[in-house]
Amino acid sequence: MAHKQRYFEDVEAGQEIPPLEKHPTTQQLVKYAGASGDFYQIHYDKDFAIKNNLPGVILHGALKNAFLGQLATDFAGEHGWLRKLSVQYRGMDQPGTMVVCKGKVVKKYTEHGQHLVDCEIWLENAKGEKTTLGSASVVLPSRHQAG
Amino acid sequence: MANKYVTEEAKKQIGKAGEARTIEVERGAIRRFAEAIGDPNPLFNNEAEARHTRFGGMIAPPTFCRSLSAAIPDVKLDMGESFRGLDGGSDWEYFEPIRPGDRITVQTKIADLRESAGRLGAMVFITTETSYTNQFGKVCALQRSTAIRY
Repeated sequence: MAHKQRYFEDVEAGQEIPPLEKHPTTQQLVKYAGASGDFYQIHYDKDFAIKNNLPGVILHGALKNAFLGQLATDFAGEHGWLRKLSVQYRGMDQPGTMVVCKGKVVKKYTEHGQHLVDCEIWLENAKGEKTTLGSASVVLPSRHQAG
Repeated sequence: MANKYVTEEAKKQIGKAGEARTIEVERGAIRRFAEAIGDPNPLFNNEAEARHTRFGGMIAPPTFCRSLSAAIPDVKLDMGESFRGLDGGSDWEYFEPIRPGDRITVQTKIADLRESAGRLGAMVFITTETSYTNQFGKVCALQRSTAIRY
């Protein structure tokens, strides 16, 4: 990764978070099922999914949660800390099409000596529809704190 | 109007806790989870690089906790067998990193039961709260998740 560390002083309300594109495949859904232990068949068995009135297999909400977690931990960097993460699922996503995680800074403040940045985050499908909404609260290092 | 499913009797299930389970976090499990979600962050993948960060070594990605599941207390509602389920979402709070070799005690309890009349009829919202506590008694993460039945 070797991203440059972002500092509290670098961030302003309204700023966009660098977006994160994801290209989920059916193979990724199987890997996620195995890694997480969520073996609900709507995520890998197309016949089962269609029998359940779905258009086909769909992404685990939890996988979209993980994508938005990645957006937030990339933003926090190796010296930051993800303090809070919230997601609400609003629509289904299918593998084989791109999804993009996006976000923007809502406010920055200092509390109990920690430099916090609150962000609005969301996941969009290829049509630009927000299928997951959420928020993240990230602790960033300050340039005025040695070390 | 009185609730159809989340009756006063059903609400007595709020606070019910599932059996706690203690799980040892394997380094390989963290890597496999990071690979499955497609996250190349060295903090989750590369011990040598992670040693140079403020964490001093590899840690687990934020939603890795999901792979450490404990028993979810059974919620009894008079909805028959044919209800459908949806994952509504989750709220996470993080206090301490989870590291390879940690022994994490996971416990889930029913935090709330609500009902609302939606477009598809009565919808029941089951909120669970799961705590992830390490071998030093420190809470690493708290997760509140909402499952919807309709």
